[in-house]
Amino acid sequence: MKLIMIFISASLINNFVLTYFLGICPFLGVSNKTENALNMGLATTFVMTLTAAATWPIYNYLLVRYNIPFLEYVAFIIIIAALVQFVEMYIRKSSPALYRALGIYLPLITTNCAVLGLALFMVMREYNYLEAIVFGFATGVGFTLAMLMMSGIREELEFADIPKHFQGISITLIVAGMMALAFMGFAGLIRG
Amino acid sequence: MAENNTSLFYEFKKGLWQDIPPFRLVLGTCPTLAVTNSVINGIAMGLATLFVLLGANIIISALRKYIASQVRIAAYVVIIALLVTVADMFLAAKFPPISKSLGPYVPLIIVNCIILGRAEAFAQKNPVVPSIMDALGIGIGFTLSLATMGFIRELLGFGSVLNIKLLGEWFEPWIVMILPAGAFLVYGGLVALVNYISSRKTPGTETL
Repeated sequence: MKLIMIFISASLINNFVLTYFLGICPFLGVSNKTENALNMGLATTFVMTLTAAATWPIYNYLLVRYNIPFLEYVAFIIIIAALVQFVEMYIRKSSPALYRALGIYLPLITTNCAVLGLALFMVMREYNYLEAIVFGFATGVGFTLAMLMMSGIREELEFADIPKHFQGISITLIVAGMMALAFMGFAGLIRG
Repeated sequence: MAENNTSLFYEFKKGLWQDIPPFRLVLGTCPTLAVTNSVINGIAMGLATLFVLLGANIIISALRKYIASQVRIAAYVVIIALLVTVADMFLAAKFPPISKSLGPYVPLIIVNCIILGRAEAFAQKNPVVPSIMDALGIGIGFTLSLATMGFIRELLGFGSVLNIKLLGEWFEPWIVMILPAGAFLVYGGLVALVNYISSRKTPGTETL
């Protein structure tokens, strides 16, 4: 039951993008086409799940055990960078088209705040191993969901008559604000 | 010599308007949105970022001939992560309330795209002194941007600035401004404003 709660909470109610503002760069950068948004979302979900699975044991069995938790930032970022490197190598071999489509944003998953944020929140909330993995996966799902919705809206916006100075990033941010308002509606889901 | 001075000053000045990070480069959006529900948080975040940016630019530009380009990103990230750990411990020791309200967003400076972006775009190609100017300009521009966001949101969301009540009893606080949605709306509005102001100036005349 707790696992379901974590899943709903991380993917909808406390959506990383819309309530914690994590992962805004790809959210604004890659959300102009639905296909790219979906691919980016899936790649990020994959990295997030792996990150949760890899950082949890390292934090609990290495850093806590040897009493060096102050190294957590350095340790986490190295783990994430290594994981992203592997995912990049894998995608380049398995699907060159996807590799070209994701372009610069693939290495940028390393600096996607959502991935590091996930590791930090996981430590702060003291999840156990299974919960941490579910949390990582759910965060990725929430991220993909936000990316997909945004890209859908932006494809429609291309045909809209937007005032000149609001074009581009500005209107995207305002749309994101409205999505954040809409997502607040999910807050009622879990109080029962 | 004179030319050298103008170019140093230019490196500093460009961060304040021409390349002001959150509005023009659209970098560092996460902290811009997340910690700007009050002026003081925005300034604290801006200064912490300025410190890390300055340290990272100095170290990276000093070491730029020794870091192999294949592993440069990893090396930069480790340097940045160490600096952030220092900043985080400093804040926790000296300003516990601020450290508490910034929460996980201090460690998240590591993945603030501004810092890696400046390392990649500037510090790895330039000597130490211009890199310092670049870091100061961008860092101060960033701090000012966060303070502006914080000012608007705190004023409309609480009716106060720096915890001093500015608007009287008649003012009904706009709760939405301190919620996540308000952050997006203010940010979007400010980007549009910056676009508007810069479109009225003829491009290129204010620089150099």
